[in-house]
Amino acid sequence: MAKAAKTEGSRTEERGNRLSLLESMILIRETETRMQELFLQNLVRGTTHLCIGQEACPTGVAAAMTEGDTLTCTYRGHGYALAMGMSVSDLVGEMMGKVSGCCGGMGGSMHMTDASIGLLGANAIVGAQIPIALGAALTARINGTGGVSFTVMGDGATNIGAFHESMNMASAWKLPVVFLCENNLYGEYSAIDRTTGVTDLAVRADAYGMPGRIVDGQDVEAVQEAVMEAADHARRGGGPSFLELKTYRYSGHSRTDQGPYRPEGELEKWQERDPIETLAERMIEAGEITREDMGTMETRAAGAVRSAVEGAKEAPFPPLESVATHIYNRRDSRGEEVQ
Amino acid sequence: MATMTYREAIGRALADEMRADPGVVFFGEDVAAAGGVFKLTPGLQEEFGPARVRDTPISEQAIVGTALGAAITGLRPVAELMFADFIPVAMDQIINQVAKYRYMSNGQFTVPLTIRAPQGAGAGFGTQHSACAESWLMQHPGLLVVTPATPADMYGLLRGAIREDNPVVVLEHKMLFTMSGEVPDDQGPMELGRAVIRRPGKDVTVVATQVMMHRALEAAEILAREGISAEVIDLRSIVPLDRTTILESLARTNRIVTVEEAVETASWGSEIASLAATEGVYDLAAPVGRVNMGRNLIPYSPPLEDAVIPTVERIVEGIRGTARA
Repeated sequence: MAKAAKTEGSRTEERGNRLSLLESMILIRETETRMQELFLQNLVRGTTHLCIGQEACPTGVAAAMTEGDTLTCTYRGHGYALAMGMSVSDLVGEMMGKVSGCCGGMGGSMHMTDASIGLLGANAIVGAQIPIALGAALTARINGTGGVSFTVMGDGATNIGAFHESMNMASAWKLPVVFLCENNLYGEYSAIDRTTGVTDLAVRADAYGMPGRIVDGQDVEAVQEAVMEAADHARRGGGPSFLELKTYRYSGHSRTDQGPYRPEGELEKWQERDPIETLAERMIEAGEITREDMGTMETRAAGAVRSAVEGAKEAPFPPLESVATHIYNRRDSRGEEVQ
Repeated sequence: MATMTYREAIGRALADEMRADPGVVFFGEDVAAAGGVFKLTPGLQEEFGPARVRDTPISEQAIVGTALGAAITGLRPVAELMFADFIPVAMDQIINQVAKYRYMSNGQFTVPLTIRAPQGAGAGFGTQHSACAESWLMQHPGLLVVTPATPADMYGLLRGAIREDNPVVVLEHKMLFTMSGEVPDDQGPMELGRAVIRRPGKDVTVVATQVMMHRALEAAEILAREGISAEVIDLRSIVPLDRTTILESLARTNRIVTVEEAVETASWGSEIASLAATEGVYDLAAPVGRVNMGRNLIPYSPPLEDAVIPTVERIVEGIRGTARA
């Protein structure tokens, strides 16, 4: 059962069908491209991690999720937020530190969080999001909800301790977790073959007693299908599994990175199999859409993002008193929040 | 009134909370089948089943992370770390995740989790199994920290910690496990953040926790025979810190000494010295006194270990020094 998506210009009701997959990817790309520009205009402070080129991963994953499922992800999390139903306004507002942001401007680019859509949080600490997902799975198990807990990580995260602890414990406890690794060949600036003992990360699943599978991360339908299979496995009590989504990012690791470590021609080679273009061609060939329809979708997405950005620019910063809110969930005898 | 040991108080508090609230779950290393390496939690898995009471692998980051994930999705988890010395193994989850999760999410999440950890020196476990962790944790906003010193407080504060809709670290001193004491039959969850005057006095305020608090009481008894009346305050909570009780006492005695099983630098005793020198400065008739472990680590050799941890004798000297300054 596909989750209803929020409408904002280019979104439709049912997420699972091809048209909405295409629209989701187009929206993510358009949004991420504009975020780059906001940085250059100094409207966003700090850093950001764009997922341009990787859109099929969040879109395919979100399409496989159902009501009651949850997800934690990396700081490269804008795509997941949008694909799961966050509005561009909430996302951009958060990027700009405005009160209209999904976290009231208190989290920023690396912490996109929306409990109402099951997005338990993007995380700025590599790998920390993984054990947190085990907790969500435990809750689903204890409450008998049938919910599945998804956790998204990069290739680099499969080398950190918390990953290994989590893979093992999820397996030992047979928790309903789907571990999703976006292998974009680089852990920050370092190529995977320099930092990692294996090339295909899916082999690590064997070490933890769970199924592992390599998926073409640039084919959104392949992602959706694989994730649904893993989710069903978990829902039926089969325990966790690990999916390695082979993908590639077109931008640098983060804001200032121009990607000088990439070999010549690598980017161009991956761009030949662009995830958006791949699905579009498939749909055009099947007579489902025309090239003109593509243009219309892109224009609509651009309009939606533009108006979200304009709205975010207008929105106020949070009041200074917000600095001290929500540190604790405690009030003193006068009803004041305790710091 | 029931008489029980500090150890029994831990198990009973957990069991009572788990009976009262099906959302309370408990996990840690060897806590379930074995009832805990210190036998603190026997019988819980038998009563509440293997879904709610679980043995984990040796995976502190996963233990704390799982507790966080469960807490933000509606459960009320209690995670045990076998020794407080293992807190550093899970510091990313405790500091960067647990303490900050509500804040970063702008209040979307409540984090009603409890981390329990046995702590303290004197048992000959060596420097990597003898830490007192409260001073490491008190600085960081988002956490609450309690250090019960008696069976009644162990019971009440653990229940209070579990009821608390915030992350609480409950530090249980291993040298107090066999201590016996009375627990009122109607003792329920105790409010966090309230210190208690264990022994009223007029000449000098002595602030201490856990084993040091009991030794301070012994020291006060010795000093009474010299005509020095020491008021001994059991801090009980490190965060929130009961500044009111401390400052009110200082206003009456005009002298204050902290007695800590802690390194002198940036400890809770440093914080109280700071408090005295700021909000209590006009009440001070003498410099703040401090009895602690200096800049030492805990050696293994028994007489050396015993010498590093403040003895009753050292505490007597420390309090006397401030009382007569």
